[in-house]
Amino acid sequence: MALRMWASSTANALKLSSSASKSHLLPAFSISRCFSSVLEGLKYATSHEWVKHDGSVATIGITDHAQDHLGEVVFVELPEEKSAVSKEKNFGAVESVKATSEILSPISGEVIEVNTKLTDSPGLINSSPYEDGWMIKVKPSNPAELETLMGPKEYTKFCEEEDAAH
Amino acid sequence: MRGGSLWQLGQSITRRLAQSDKKPLSPRRHFASGADLKKTALYDFHVAHGGKMVPFAGWSMPIQYKDSIIDSTVNCRVNGSLFDVAHMCGLSLKGKDCVPFLETLVVADVAGLAPGTGSLTVFTNEKGGAIDDSVITKVTDEHIYLVVNAGCRDKDLAHIEEHMKAFKSKGGDVSWHIHDERSLLALQGPLAAPVLQHLTKEDLSKLYFGQFQILDINGSTCFLTRTGYTGEDGFEISVPSEHAVDLAKAILEKSEGKVRLTGLGARDSLRLEAGLCLYGNDMEQHITPVEAGLTWAIGKRRRAEGGFLGADVILKQLQDGPTIRRVGFFSSGPPARSHSEVHDENGNKIGEITSGGFSPNLKKNIAMGYVKSGQHKNGTKVKILVRGKPYEGNITKMPFVATKYYKPT
Repeated sequence: MALRMWASSTANALKLSSSASKSHLLPAFSISRCFSSVLEGLKYATSHEWVKHDGSVATIGITDHAQDHLGEVVFVELPEEKSAVSKEKNFGAVESVKATSEILSPISGEVIEVNTKLTDSPGLINSSPYEDGWMIKVKPSNPAELETLMGPKEYTKFCEEEDAAH
Repeated sequence: MRGGSLWQLGQSITRRLAQSDKKPLSPRRHFASGADLKKTALYDFHVAHGGKMVPFAGWSMPIQYKDSIIDSTVNCRVNGSLFDVAHMCGLSLKGKDCVPFLETLVVADVAGLAPGTGSLTVFTNEKGGAIDDSVITKVTDEHIYLVVNAGCRDKDLAHIEEHMKAFKSKGGDVSWHIHDERSLLALQGPLAAPVLQHLTKEDLSKLYFGQFQILDINGSTCFLTRTGYTGEDGFEISVPSEHAVDLAKAILEKSEGKVRLTGLGARDSLRLEAGLCLYGNDMEQHITPVEAGLTWAIGKRRRAEGGFLGADVILKQLQDGPTIRRVGFFSSGPPARSHSEVHDENGNKIGEITSGGFSPNLKKNIAMGYVKSGQHKNGTKVKILVRGKPYEGNITKMPFVATKYYKPT
């Protein structure tokens, strides 16, 4: 997602993800120094999307760090089923009270399912960015693309560097 | 960045980042660093209370605190909000001729204001366009107190100073004092009056909307105006800066936590719900007060006599009607934002959105903008383009949320 992190270093009071309170439902997670949760077992893009690869299906959403900087989501624009997504190309948008951001796909493929719950409950992206706030499921056309994404430790470090640069 | 839009705060961030801008260590555009931004007397107080500070009009201001902008906006109308608006510029005009002087620059009937009463007005330019909007108060016939927008401070002061010099050179008696020694706080919502009453001996039930008093609040001499930018009952309090933190603390304590520190994010949602213009978005140099729907702010006598910059243009618009008008919109789909095009049902462009967003109190999208006169009636169906796609909408009257100004029955 093409969102620039504007928080100044003093304002970096990023809260612990609220999804941490439902930790019994989540896979093991590591808490980054910037206090947003970053999950093990997922891959991450520099534009703050995550991918969960399960055999022939990849689930995509935006990270806790992203939703925290974005603020409360009021509208999500997602593609249709059967449409194509391409790596690093825009597939939708997320609107919060204070900003609009494009969402970029970390991988290429065909959209096989769209999370329709987000139409009535866009706030799921804030409360559960890695679970109920998933956005699309994709059949990857080029699984090698997953290798170019970051792992949890790399992504955590990336967030810290990006926030510190402001 | 265009205008003083709140949406562009820290968000010039970008809707369309160039692909190459995603590397973590690549050079970035950045705002004035923390060191260049001005800080209000409440800066440390905000940070201690979890304020997320952002650059705004050259100041470091809280966009929100620990609660979400949506919760904060709802809380203002249910309980109350305390805003730090010390970035705005308060000034006093004094002298025997301060009233006729100000009348050359604004559309208000300043002479007709009763002492201790004020109003929203517009500073106009030679083309009748808005230089800024402002709340002015006639304290006495020889003292006017006014507050102008932070983003327009330099422009407004230069404008006033230039005209003051010319006025004085012709023998007029006027001088000014800019109240940089004071901080402005805004207290809004149903609990504003009950809470403030705990902090002053004066009977606030006798101070109505638009009225002004100089009085002791929490042990210091304050300028109090019953006005605001939310549509709720409330006050703007000008307090000596060295007492600003104490006053903020006292207000929050007396409300037992119900009145919350509220940031600029919620402030923008509230004023939009109240149908109030944001200078830089809904009003600009090329927009007249008539077009902006502020004809009510042009004094009756002024409509007959003129005598302010751009009066010829404005008086003509009052006669013939303006060619564009500010209206409100509801819409479906994503919230309409500034610069979104407005089309009629056949796809012809009829106007443009100047402010929009999701209304936390109404739980729907609201927006304001300008459309061609003739297409401006309430109920008119429109299409609003967001990211190139048209979404259904309709024109509606404002305010979107009913106002609760404290007026005599």
